[in-house]
Amino acid sequence: MDHKKRILLTGVLLASAVVSGLLIYTRANAVPVERVIHITAKNFQFSPDSITLKKGEPVVFEISSGDRKHGFSLRGFGVRTDVLPGEVSRIRLTPDKTGKFTFSCDVFCGDGHEEMTGTVIVTE
Amino acid sequence: MSKFDRRRFIKLAGLGGGIVFASSLSRGFGLNALGSIVDYANAKVENDFYFVQLSDTHWGFSGPKVNPDAEGTLKKAVQAVNSLEVQPDFIVFTGDLTHTTDDVQIRKDRMSQFKDIVGGLKVPTVHFMAGEHDASLDRGDAYQEAFGKLNYTFDHKGVHFIVVDNVSDPGASVGESQLNWLKADLKQQKTDARIVVLTHRPLFDLYPDWDWSTKDGAAVIDALMPHKNVTVFYGHIHQENHHMTGHIAHHSAKSLMFPLPAPGSVPKKAPLPWDASAPYKGLGLRSIEAEPKQAKYEIKELNVTGA
Repeated sequence: MDHKKRILLTGVLLASAVVSGLLIYTRANAVPVERVIHITAKNFQFSPDSITLKKGEPVVFEISSGDRKHGFSLRGFGVRTDVLPGEVSRIRLTPDKTGKFTFSCDVFCGDGHEEMTGTVIVTE
Repeated sequence: MSKFDRRRFIKLAGLGGGIVFASSLSRGFGLNALGSIVDYANAKVENDFYFVQLSDTHWGFSGPKVNPDAEGTLKKAVQAVNSLEVQPDFIVFTGDLTHTTDDVQIRKDRMSQFKDIVGGLKVPTVHFMAGEHDASLDRGDAYQEAFGKLNYTFDHKGVHFIVVDNVSDPGASVGESQLNWLKADLKQQKTDARIVVLTHRPLFDLYPDWDWSTKDGAAVIDALMPHKNVTVFYGHIHQENHHMTGHIAHHSAKSLMFPLPAPGSVPKKAPLPWDASAPYKGLGLRSIEAEPKQAKYEIKELNVTGA
């Protein structure tokens, strides 16, 4: 093998090592893709009112109101937000435990407020 | 009648039929069952008194499966109080006087109708407070127009009563400004003062998923803690419940419209259906016998007919 060929081969090997290293690094440090869950609060109901998640799976709740001011409170995970008409409220969550957890409107919104609840089910 | 102790009156009255108390009472004497003269004035325990708590009347609510006598229950309760043999010193209504509505005019009309009905009470002193159904949708505007302040204090025979508003904020908070007001009021009270807090929602976390808590209730309890003799009477949960936070007792009252299930006992909170075999079951009012010297409050639950 002549000198030029040896340099070329070395270059190719080095380049592939760098690319492989970059790929490994990127994979190791990649931000996991969040599952987006859209929730609408309207007419004293959440839709959907039953949501199933997997433990360890990152999700983002995107909550909007179809009528008036509401609240969204998922006490089992210590998270809440106001839900205002014309805005999207976001809550990021990676469940670290399994079970059934109630979410509810925690801003009095009128007749029907008391029944404005839903369930998050977290499975293994 | 107010010059002697009510319990002694009831006990003595219970001694036997046919005793005539009427004319002799004005001078503090009467006959007991054996015909002996009893000095009622000396039997008096100074400053003992009693008051009646009514709660969650939800005037304007409609739901025949829950209460087919929605328009008659409050009126029956008024009659029941008026029929009590010894009238209470005063009456308190611990919130949700009316059922909520988006319509401002209907809200005002319901408050006006409610006032007309309870205007039939013989007892002249009535203390009102708001529930979230009365005050959360307009931050208490209509309520204040009809009934006055949302938070206030009054004193009666050595007991300091504090009315705390945890409903005009739709987010169920007392708020910093009211907390400061409360702390300033408590500063005026000795640590052994007899204090009764009247409020609508529970101040502790009874069952927050059902809105049975006050967001900053812990701060209210913290402020009350240095005081040795504090008792809280509240409504909101439509059933009797008794709970201690340290030395502070919390007692919730029944509703006069519909009962609710026990905390967390069912997946969804909803009014319990009317039981035709036991009408008005789960509804009621209560009398509270206050013994300020002992800082004791004896609760007696009464049904809507006062029995």
